[in-house]
Amino acid sequence: MRAPRALRTAGGALSAAWLVFLLLASVTASWWLPYQADAQDPAHALAGPSASHWLGTDDLGRDVLSRIAAGSWISVGPALLAVIVAFGAGIPLALLAAEHGRWVERGSSRFAELLLALPSIVILLAFVGAVGVHPWAIMTVLGVLLSAPVYRIFLGQAQSLRTRLYVDAARVNGVSSLRVNLRHVLPAMATTIAVQAAQLFAISVLIEAGLAFMGFGPSLPSPSWGGLIAAASQHVYDDPWLMVPTGAVLALTVIAANGLADAVAGGGREAEPAVRRTRGRAAVPAAPAAGGPIDGMLLDVRDLTVAVADGPALVTGVSFALPPGTVLGLVGESGCGKTMTARALPGLLPEGVEVTGGSVWFAGRDLAGLPDKDLRAVRGREIAVISQEPMVALDPMFSVGYQLTQPIRRFRGVGRAEARRIAEQLLREVGITGARRMLRSYPHQLSGGMAQRVCIALALTGSPKLLIADEPTTALDVTVQAEILSLLRALVRTTGLSVIIVSHDPGVVADLCDEVAVMYAGQVVESGTVAEVLGSPSHPYTAALLAANPHVAEGLPVPERLASIPGTVPAPPDWPTGCRFASRCSLATAECAAPVPVTPAHAGGPVVAGPVVAGPVVGGTVVGGTVRCVHPLSSPAPLPVPHHAEPGVSS
Amino acid sequence: MNAPVPALSVQDLTVRYGRAGKALPAVDGVSFDVAPGETLGLVGESGSGKSTIGKAILGLQPANAGRILLHGADITKASLRQRRVTAVDLRVVFQDPYSSLNPAQTIGQTLAEPLRVLRVPGDQRRPRIGASLAAVGLPADAAERYPARFSGGQRQRIAIARALVCDPQVIVLDEPVSALDLSTQAQVLNLLADLRESRQLALLFIAHDLGVVRFLAQRVVVLYRGQVMEAGPAEDVTQRPRHPYSVALTAAAPVPQPAEQARRRAAREALGVGAAGAAPPAADGCPFATRCPLATDVCHRDRPPLVSGVACHHADQVARLRLPPAAA
Repeated sequence: MRAPRALRTAGGALSAAWLVFLLLASVTASWWLPYQADAQDPAHALAGPSASHWLGTDDLGRDVLSRIAAGSWISVGPALLAVIVAFGAGIPLALLAAEHGRWVERGSSRFAELLLALPSIVILLAFVGAVGVHPWAIMTVLGVLLSAPVYRIFLGQAQSLRTRLYVDAARVNGVSSLRVNLRHVLPAMATTIAVQAAQLFAISVLIEAGLAFMGFGPSLPSPSWGGLIAAASQHVYDDPWLMVPTGAVLALTVIAANGLADAVAGGGREAEPAVRRTRGRAAVPAAPAAGGPIDGMLLDVRDLTVAVADGPALVTGVSFALPPGTVLGLVGESGCGKTMTARALPGLLPEGVEVTGGSVWFAGRDLAGLPDKDLRAVRGREIAVISQEPMVALDPMFSVGYQLTQPIRRFRGVGRAEARRIAEQLLREVGITGARRMLRSYPHQLSGGMAQRVCIALALTGSPKLLIADEPTTALDVTVQAEILSLLRALVRTTGLSVIIVSHDPGVVADLCDEVAVMYAGQVVESGTVAEVLGSPSHPYTAALLAANPHVAEGLPVPERLASIPGTVPAPPDWPTGCRFASRCSLATAECAAPVPVTPAHAGGPVVAGPVVAGPVVGGTVVGGTVRCVHPLSSPAPLPVPHHAEPGVSS
Repeated sequence: MNAPVPALSVQDLTVRYGRAGKALPAVDGVSFDVAPGETLGLVGESGSGKSTIGKAILGLQPANAGRILLHGADITKASLRQRRVTAVDLRVVFQDPYSSLNPAQTIGQTLAEPLRVLRVPGDQRRPRIGASLAAVGLPADAAERYPARFSGGQRQRIAIARALVCDPQVIVLDEPVSALDLSTQAQVLNLLADLRESRQLALLFIAHDLGVVRFLAQRVVVLYRGQVMEAGPAEDVTQRPRHPYSVALTAAAPVPQPAEQARRRAAREALGVGAAGAAPPAADGCPFATRCPLATDVCHRDRPPLVSGVACHHADQVARLRLPPAAA
């Protein structure tokens, strides 16, 4: 529920309490007021606060407290009416316009623009002139005028909510249009409605008081706040106190309405943890396991641990090494920590997640211990990153040429014309014909495949040694994916670039990678060359992942059923001390409950002490494939196909 | 003997977005039938019009020409309100399991909604919801929970349960597994295959992934820029494609055998299929002509007719483009 969350903040609770108190006080005023609102006592006119008159008396000796309380309904009620009219007209209109498309939307939007163009104070005064002083009617007119901004705000929101698939699903299911709006569209707008209503209420209270101050409020004996302030202004020199109580109540009411709006608006954001960015400072460089990086490796990751600040670890003890000019694939299901691992390398972890152990040796330096300032110099120049959503990575406001030449000038220190020449060159390198035309285009003019090519060109502006590609083809069509994979492979061949690619698709890994590390629940469970790992998997998880894949080469039969892995990847707090895959593994035994060491696998021979190393024979040290399993599959591996283990759903 | 009435029949469907006459059609004269118990795969890249066809069938996008028949009854112009009566057998499962369930409603409320529309009495709703959840392998108490408690694969099961709860005969599946991980994708694909068998469902399976389509579909229609390039049995289209675009599609999907994939990649790069997003084709010619390695003048000039399931002027030459079969 939203309201209680809004009330959990002190401001929200106080604001709501004041408004409720005010409403109760105004409704019940006749029962508890010490004096009649217009009971005169000329003997005590213009008296200050006293025991008998807590807030003093006015020029006719009437009790100010009683008059404020009695006048609160006539002051607040019409403002409330204005809000109700504004929302009662604006929201249904917005819902209708969002539902019925262009023509209805055009008509109602032009009408709303007309209302917005009218000067509201002039309209209100003209209405008073023509019809007379009727506070409720005046505020109804104000409500109609305010319905235009309400309409404008909620039209956009309703339009975006209507693109949600559950709205389409409800429509296909024959749910009536009224019910679709009431059940699926309106509830999602509730927070915004509450915020806007509270703010409009504050505005309406002020306008109402302003009108009453000018004499267009409730007729004189009735004690509206605006009228009280107007009366007090007559005595501003001989009894300044008279202004204070009414002014304070009015101000408090407006502040409370805005405070409540803030609290409601803030309630929606509260879910995000309030964490600070502590990247680098908190990184504890692990004891250098084998005394520094392995020679000849571009990247040597040792025992990398990534954790939520004061929370569970997301990645534990991940180690791999990467020689220059090779492509490493990190493969696994979502929630296995492969993206976190990749993003930890250049220090691009999300807020509140940090490297808590291990080392990231890159070109002779341990990046895990570097402060963010030094990492910034590494990012872009030495390590570049491309992401899954090329459209998000490009700024829609700027042309491709601008976005490419800016980093080129910064990284390479060249002039405008030279940067443009290099940009054209880079675009040609990523296979874009018509580079000159491309430089003038804007991101919205590009297809997904073209945008990803531009992103790769952008990543190349700093001539990086390592490119981290996080699911670079997942959002693309299969033919475009094949083009991008060919492009990356060509770049590796021609420029000697190293690539780490994160993917959930073993097919992509088979196509592009030399080495692969299979990740499960924050650990590398198997690593080695793609031929070894994908050809004869050692770990049951790798085998199961491959068996779930429906893609087979030409001429081979498609399986009758796909082997699926029952259940889902456990969440980080639920990771057992033993094998993390055991609960889903068809080969699990009692031994799997104990911590599982990393052992050599495939034809890799002995592993260098401790870390899992993916990489060929380098500098005399024999490094090879590894597996983290007590009973690895023998080679050639029989695929452990679970027999009707599904629909296996952990509840 | 009469030919059996197809569960779903689409005839010469044309859909245009925007003002009539100005925009190129998103769907251009597409026809196909789906028999009861059959799965038809609708394959193509983004922009091929495959999702638009699904929307037109579901009444979410008006058709400009052509007919859509459900069990022989014309529902082309039926409004969503009329479809409450005429199209109760037609349901949908969307791609995105996160946006297709209302986060503010429990699973039970989400599943009850179509039953309420069908005026199923309140006391019968609960058992039907439970049965529907059981059919997709979820416990009955899932009905009490909110979507946020479920993983992507489980949500997709819930979306399938919502489609099943009114015992439909035709389900439009719009990319139902492309947002899922491999292992969950396998679970959902197996589930769909089981349901098709046990309930004799007619499934229109819209996907961009030919490997997935080959697993589930008996027949496949390959779309490019709103037009049918090739149609036929799934094994034929994926194993012996007769259209250059089908060849490009099959060659592009990577297989997880590195040696095999290296061979296929080399073969694919040698195909000479132009990059996606190249120059747009001539309005009157073959839509694939600008990317096709076999294209000649006639391809840019005349649109090839769909003859025995292939729309290609050079269909007789396609066999030499095909990737060689894997060494067994």
